[in-house]
Amino acid sequence: MNVNKIITNLISLLLVLPFSLNAVSAFVAKDHPSDDGRAIDLAWNVPDEFTSVTIEKLDSTETWFALTKTASTVSDYVDNDGIEPGLNSQYRLIAKNPANGDSLMLSTQITSRAQWFNYKKSPLLFLLLLLSGAVIYYILSARRGKELFIRRINGLESMDEAVGRATEKGKPILFVPGIGDLDDIQTIAGLTILSQLAYKAATYNADLIVPVSKSMVLSTAREIVKEAYLKAGRPDAFNPDCVFYLTDDQFGYVAGIDGIMVREQPAANFFLGTFYAESLILAETGFGTGAMQTAGTAQPHQLPFFVVTCDYTLIGEELFAASAYLSKEPNQLGSLKGQDFGKLFIVLLIIIGSIMEMSGIHWLKNILMFE
Amino acid sequence: MSQFMTTFGIWLGAFFTISIFSFLYKDNPFYKLAEQIFVGLSAGYWFIYTIYSILIPNLFGKILSDFNSNIMLLIPALLGMMMLIRLIPKLEWISRYPIALVIGTSAGISMLRYTQSDVLSQVAATMINPLGMNTIGEKIGSFILIIGTVCVIMYFYFSRKQEGILGATSKFGIWFLMISFGASFGYTVMARISLLIGRLQFLLGDWLHIIKP
Repeated sequence: MNVNKIITNLISLLLVLPFSLNAVSAFVAKDHPSDDGRAIDLAWNVPDEFTSVTIEKLDSTETWFALTKTASTVSDYVDNDGIEPGLNSQYRLIAKNPANGDSLMLSTQITSRAQWFNYKKSPLLFLLLLLSGAVIYYILSARRGKELFIRRINGLESMDEAVGRATEKGKPILFVPGIGDLDDIQTIAGLTILSQLAYKAATYNADLIVPVSKSMVLSTAREIVKEAYLKAGRPDAFNPDCVFYLTDDQFGYVAGIDGIMVREQPAANFFLGTFYAESLILAETGFGTGAMQTAGTAQPHQLPFFVVTCDYTLIGEELFAASAYLSKEPNQLGSLKGQDFGKLFIVLLIIIGSIMEMSGIHWLKNILMFE
Repeated sequence: MSQFMTTFGIWLGAFFTISIFSFLYKDNPFYKLAEQIFVGLSAGYWFIYTIYSILIPNLFGKILSDFNSNIMLLIPALLGMMMLIRLIPKLEWISRYPIALVIGTSAGISMLRYTQSDVLSQVAATMINPLGMNTIGEKIGSFILIIGTVCVIMYFYFSRKQEGILGATSKFGIWFLMISFGASFGYTVMARISLLIGRLQFLLGDWLHIIKP
């Protein structure tokens, strides 16, 4: 507790020091740190005899206007109204004592500058460097041939079963990448699984249906499926029309897929990507057709619907781990291991942070709560 | 004429609503008709929307009105044209570059954004002092929040078998997840019921005038 107080006092002293060089009366303007040059910090310290302090600023028409008026003789103010980086700003302080008629005027000026670095975001940089370092380390380890273990993920074990079932029944496999575009990381995760699924479908000669709702996803999904057929040594079996565009409209897309499900009667449905209100409509229709269903998304509000209607559900992070799990490729395995290291670090951070909060030490939480 | 169009629109809306609802019985020609019109109409609508709300105001309009100030816009325009080259089978490979750019940029931006909003902010929000809470309920709730968060994170730890301590925390984690899913399920179902109510209000109010809209 005492150590915390000492640290807090030391930090406060360091912050006040630049502004308190002139202990008698001072009015200082400083460029606001770690910003884009659109704020200026003003601080003043005038004798206690003054009861009114007015801070004024010179505007573009050479007219002084009041920024703030206070009775506090030691205080500060952040001016972030109309400040442009590189432009000079002039301020003056007028302190008055109506009792004896004394007054004091101090002036200052400053040119704000945009900063190269926002030091408040240092924890973000630290965490990213730590995670990236861990990912690179494990990727290099995997490339050197080190065995990296990944526990069983039930939802992904279903892929072979689904493809086998589709092959046996002579029915297609439906893959729905959701309504997200390529700027959504869940869509990208879904498409990486599509690559593995298409490879298996090509190997076992099962038909694949991939309706999409975004033009960029259409191009990418088509490339991925084509690549998978090429990798499986069956480029001639690739049918570009198996990946097709329906509509950008959320419920139009669902209506189209529902129609496909009841008419084509796929043996297996995969819903992997970003889903919103359409999740239950899709999964319920698929359930009605008797298809084996696997779903995965990181949308917390849609997961319950998938859990109740699908045979297997990839919950959140499992969707992102799927590609590494299925491919067993060193780069992806190493990446997953690196992420696991990050999870352990976060758990440690939460435990330490909570203990510190219970002990009344708040600096760790404060440095993580930057804007 | 305007009155006729309003009435016609309501009847058309009612017809398509009932056609879509008919899917609850089984697939039928009415549903097929409504589905095909819905898909086709919405695809056409989004095509026009993209032209008038994205391409014209953000690209063509700016380039034509002030070319020098908006010369940078030629880069996304070029990337867009590279995507369209897919239509020429021999030059299809060119479209891989804008795709690679979009995926790479999305992953990079998402990494930064999610690390801040979904990791650091959430970690900071979990660092709480349960003992400092006012009521016993808040104290228990805060402890559950910390323990639940740690257990759920451990459920998503893939590098070890879920045995021993990891197995126990993972089990707690999946329980926490399922309880939150249950709560979320109930909450979302309520929201979906309001959508159904909206449609029923349209049918019974605007169309049949049985209830006041």
